[in-house]
Amino acid sequence: MAEISRDDVANLARLARIDMAPAELDHLASELGVILNAVARVQEVAGQNVPPTSHPLPLQNVYRKDEVTPSLTPEAALSAAPASEEQRFKVPKILGEEA
Amino acid sequence: MSLKYEDVIAKYEPVLGLEVHVELGTASKMFCGCNTIFGAEPNTQTCPVCLGLPGALPVVNEKAIEYTIMIGLALNCSIAPFSRFARKNYFYPDMPKNFQTSQYDEPICINGFLDVEIDTDEGIKKFRVEIERVHMEEDTGKSLHMGGATGRIHGADYSLLDYNRAGIPLVEIVTKIVPGTGKYAPEVARAYVAELRDILRSLNVSDVKMEQGSLRCDANVSLRLIGSDVLGTRSETKNVNSLRSVERAVRGEMIRHAELLNKGERVVQETRHFQEDTGLTRSGRSKEQAEDYRYFPEPDLVPIVPDATWIETLRAALPEKPSTHRKRLQEAWSVPDKEMASMINADVLEIVEATVNLGADPAKARGWWLGEIARIANEKDVTAADLPITPKDVAEIVALVAAGELTDKLARQVIEAVIAGEGRPSEVIETRGIKVVSDDGALMAAIEKAIAAQPEVAEKVRGGNLPAAGALIGAVMKETEGQADAAKVRELLLKHLGQ
Ligand SMILES: [Zn+2]
Repeated sequence: MAEISRDDVANLARLARIDMAPAELDHLASELGVILNAVARVQEVAGQNVPPTSHPLPLQNVYRKDEVTPSLTPEAALSAAPASEEQRFKVPKILGEEA
Repeated sequence: MSLKYEDVIAKYEPVLGLEVHVELGTASKMFCGCNTIFGAEPNTQTCPVCLGLPGALPVVNEKAIEYTIMIGLALNCSIAPFSRFARKNYFYPDMPKNFQTSQYDEPICINGFLDVEIDTDEGIKKFRVEIERVHMEEDTGKSLHMGGATGRIHGADYSLLDYNRAGIPLVEIVTKIVPGTGKYAPEVARAYVAELRDILRSLNVSDVKMEQGSLRCDANVSLRLIGSDVLGTRSETKNVNSLRSVERAVRGEMIRHAELLNKGERVVQETRHFQEDTGLTRSGRSKEQAEDYRYFPEPDLVPIVPDATWIETLRAALPEKPSTHRKRLQEAWSVPDKEMASMINADVLEIVEATVNLGADPAKARGWWLGEIARIANEKDVTAADLPITPKDVAEIVALVAAGELTDKLARQVIEAVIAGEGRPSEVIETRGIKVVSDDGALMAAIEKAIAAQPEVAEKVRGGNLPAAGALIGAVMKETEGQADAAKVRELLLKHLGQ
């Protein structure tokens, strides 16, 4: 049985920058636990001889040639941005530290 | 009053670790076909893939993989038979996807090494820097912090993002910890980055311009008490944008750590930012709280399984190693070790070579770049290569001196003028009217004037005291404002005085 604790949810919420009320943390801990358990059932089917995969198809080495293709115009690139200035995406002040 | 470096190394042993990021010189980005031109107008090189728009599907640039394998091979690494990309999840506006496509536990290249040589009091010393991994990732966008006084994030009201750089292929080269460098840690760090830069340049996989950020170094430094095997807490210094800064940053951090430790305080594990103007670092992000990037394999990309013949073809095509190339030059030019080391240290080897390739005598080319030009560079606190004088200019000057059309003294004036922006050597000579006084009549007049002013010296020379002639030659050179050829003056003077 996969377990997810209230602290796990609080930590994930912090990493994902989602502000959650204490009641939501309790609620989600049990809900996420159910989801994890459902997904974990796959492990019952996959035997030791089935290696973990990161892709559903048995593909490898899919490449493109190093060729330039047209980009979006800056207008198009910025069209869905909530705000822009000087042809750049405008974002609220960044809290916390420099990267 | 800061602690002296000698006192730091008398008590502590530095432990280095270096992470170098290199932007690859591919035509298109890592996972999309956007252009990679430096300095393009903001947000003119973006698309749904590099903006992280929903539904966009990245595809790996084959050239970037090829370049990364070449780098790994040149650094004596093993090439992993199987490697994958991973998502490094973090929230910061420089990455519009909210994750960076990187590699985690399956990098393309592992376990290499790079040997570097530094010039020490005890002669040339060799250090082996072991490479832990070379992995692929993508560069981030560029932020401008608006409002506030300093352009820094603190105090800014908002930020503006340009994603032209986001998604440019980036290779990260990580060393293992480098112990045993002792007092030479700053020089070893610099020599490593310089050697790495030269290798990358010879591979032609990046333009390796530190000042434009296509080669960036993070220097990790910690100190431990000599004799102890307990590692100290490390700091990670970013923004180190020149070879000289690498050296300064490591030395500065060693002193800062030692000062804290001597006061019984602790070193905080954090990112620090190097300040080019002061040579000091300032505190950035704390790393006290373990970072959690929740890496997981990138589901939109498939594994890289490089074909053995591909790897061997790339290995066979590797260019001559910079260290081998240097040995060859040293032999061809018959340069002593010390002088070779000075050229490398002043970072002029490549420009000297270019000057020689344009026909200049190696000793003369070296003399100017390491002498007058290095002196001016030093005064201006830049490197010789940064000055607005080219190998072609210097080759021209060397040729003019060899032809007797410039004296060394006049050549120095020309060099200064070229650096001051007065034009190419021929233009400077033309506008300043610089020419060697070779007209015998004019020289004889100056010689007779010198003799008349110092008759007793002239008498000594007549009597066979040839070294005394120096004073007269000096007077003639002064009279002709350095425009005369000293050898010619000497010849005429001695003849005139019956010698
Ligand atoms: Zn793109």
